[in-house]
Amino acid sequence: MSTPPAPAAVVDSLGKLCPIPVIELAKHIGDVPVGAIIGVLSDDDAAALDIPAWCRMRAQDYIGEASAAEVGSDRGRLYLVRRRR
Amino acid sequence: MTYLDAASAEPLHPATKQALVAALEDGWADPSRLYGAGRRARLALDTARQQVAEDIGARPDELAFTGSGTLACHLAVLGTLAGRRRVGAHVVVSAVEHSSVLHAATEYAGEVTTVPVDRFGRVDPAEFTAALRQDTALACLQSANHEVGTVQPVAEVAPRCAELGVPLFVDAAQSVGWAAAPDGWSLLAASAHKWGGPPGVGVLAIRRRVRWRSPLPEDEREGGRSPGFENIPAIVAAAAALRMRLDGIGAEAVRLSVLVDRIRATVPALVPDVEVVGDPAHRLPHLVTFSCLYVDGEALVTELDRLGFAVNSGSSCTSSTLRPSHVLEAMGVLSHGNVRVSLPVGTSDADVDSFLSVVPEVVRRLRAVAGAEGL
Repeated sequence: MSTPPAPAAVVDSLGKLCPIPVIELAKHIGDVPVGAIIGVLSDDDAAALDIPAWCRMRAQDYIGEASAAEVGSDRGRLYLVRRRR
Repeated sequence: MTYLDAASAEPLHPATKQALVAALEDGWADPSRLYGAGRRARLALDTARQQVAEDIGARPDELAFTGSGTLACHLAVLGTLAGRRRVGAHVVVSAVEHSSVLHAATEYAGEVTTVPVDRFGRVDPAEFTAALRQDTALACLQSANHEVGTVQPVAEVAPRCAELGVPLFVDAAQSVGWAAAPDGWSLLAASAHKWGGPPGVGVLAIRRRVRWRSPLPEDEREGGRSPGFENIPAIVAAAAALRMRLDGIGAEAVRLSVLVDRIRATVPALVPDVEVVGDPAHRLPHLVTFSCLYVDGEALVTELDRLGFAVNSGSSCTSSTLRPSHVLEAMGVLSHGNVRVSLPVGTSDADVDSFLSVVPEVVRRLRAVAGAEGL
């Protein structure tokens, strides 16, 4: 896979457990324009499951995971979502 | 309290309690002793073994009682690995086996192939059998999943396992007491408290042709398969409970399955953003699981308990490891806000309706508290 484009915004959910990272994603997806990417930085294992599931339920595009270092964090993973609507 | 967690433990029927108390009279002595009390204990144990063997489709000499279903699963995996050491140390498992099977395989097999499941939690039989190899010591496929109720294609993978001479271990803990064990197993495990027997009784059946060797120090009890003094009163009560349970279970399963269909249809209709998970058709009759977006699973279980409903959750916040359930993970479904409802025998329409009447408001309130209303 080619390197995904940088997110237009990043939600920092480090230290927060399910379902908070998903709630924060839902609150902030509107912050980026349609077609742009939003990242969720999370160290909760459930995010790897729940963010793609949220995208499926909400008809948004789940792009994949990236290293947290992309946004200068040494903790967690970065989950990338493209806003479709 | 409305108890809706039969998949964890079925409540004891009053007649089972009576059988347990009665068995304490005759079943306390050492069944390996030759005096009268010992012989009576032996007779009670042998009778129970015969009954359970008949009810699960095994021969009495193929069946050993263990201290739990988990221990039966451990012994099935470890003993087959020990008995088939010369063949190899490769084990095939489905991704949604009970943790006792996965841990036993991961820690003791030389190599494990984990066969994925689809969104419904079901293994593809062709993919499962394609994972079998020359050096495969054991294949493990549960009869039905303990968290989402999906029935696995055991009878479909069994012929290929037999053809290749690979023993097939079927963890039938969730289905014994509801349906006949699927055809084609080489080893089978079950657990009495899931069919309404007392806790502390597991069942391990091993077909005579299977090369199995105890992974534990030598002990003569239970044909050398399960060490330690048997809990005969509990075993006798477990056998009685299974007999009683199977009498008329077909009609009861149909009745409960209709109630489960009602839950499957009503929850998503009344509660927005809910995902009902598990196979809608090929499933256990009494079990349904759903996940509610933006809801904390622990808060949901606690709130339902406060309102008088006992249910379980596979959400990570409810587990000691804070990891989401490996079953939900393998299925790729929403893991938070998860509720498993499993109806014990005798659950009434009114029980289910009262549960359905509280769920929408509980979810709405928890979403409001989390600031997630209207998202």
